[in-house]
Amino acid sequence: MHVIKKMLNADVLCGADLLDTEVTCGFGCDLISDSLCFARPGCLLLTGLTNVQIIRLAEMVEARAIVFVRGKKPGEDVIKLAREKGLPLLATDLFLFESCGILYQAGLRSS
Amino acid sequence: MQLKFQVKGMDFSRAGQAATKIKKALQLAGMDPATMRKAIIIAYEAEMNIVIHAYHGTLTANITPHKVEIIAEDVGPGIPDIPLAMQEGYSTAPPHIREMGFGAGMGLPNIKKSADELDIQSEVNKGTKLWAAVFNN
Repeated sequence: MHVIKKMLNADVLCGADLLDTEVTCGFGCDLISDSLCFARPGCLLLTGLTNVQIIRLAEMVEARAIVFVRGKKPGEDVIKLAREKGLPLLATDLFLFESCGILYQAGLRSS
Repeated sequence: MQLKFQVKGMDFSRAGQAATKIKKALQLAGMDPATMRKAIIIAYEAEMNIVIHAYHGTLTANITPHKVEIIAEDVGPGIPDIPLAMQEGYSTAPPHIREMGFGAGMGLPNIKKSADELDIQSEVNKGTKLWAAVFNN
């Protein structure tokens, strides 16, 4: 995930010590229901949703990390919950489409 | 094994906790991953339906080696037209709910896709009872 952080020029909001783990695939979405149905365990979740539900969702689908796109940043309560769950959070100014495109080109495949 | 949780309407800070606990129980029970996935989709969507649409309710999971039953019972406005609510994209969720990533009208359709058996009973101004079963093949 260090590579992903670099490629997306992302800030790490929490879980900097967990970036050594690898993600197996990626899923980009702004809908909770679709993320629940299509995101796979071990995936990197890219989203513009910053409320606390996205952390619960990530836990449910066993996502390995979340990248917030379009310069969005969650509140402190969301970051705190992610920290408790051991879920790294990253934030990039790039759009969802660009972020997914960059990672796809680098070889990361869809969930 | 039976797990039963109280779910409060509009309590978004705790929404999803019941489904998360059901998931953990299914993992501990060593449930097949495909069965678990389907049961979790049902549990989460049903829990969110109570949070978004109802006043309060309960989410129950009955877990046996052969089957997972998810029962969501609520006190709320009820569903006037169930076939319409089952249509993909149909939603009565207000804009502020949609901004949170909900209300895409996929809740009940996703439950239907995931369930091996499904029954929904609803009475307007009283509430809704959803019963779904996933068989562990």
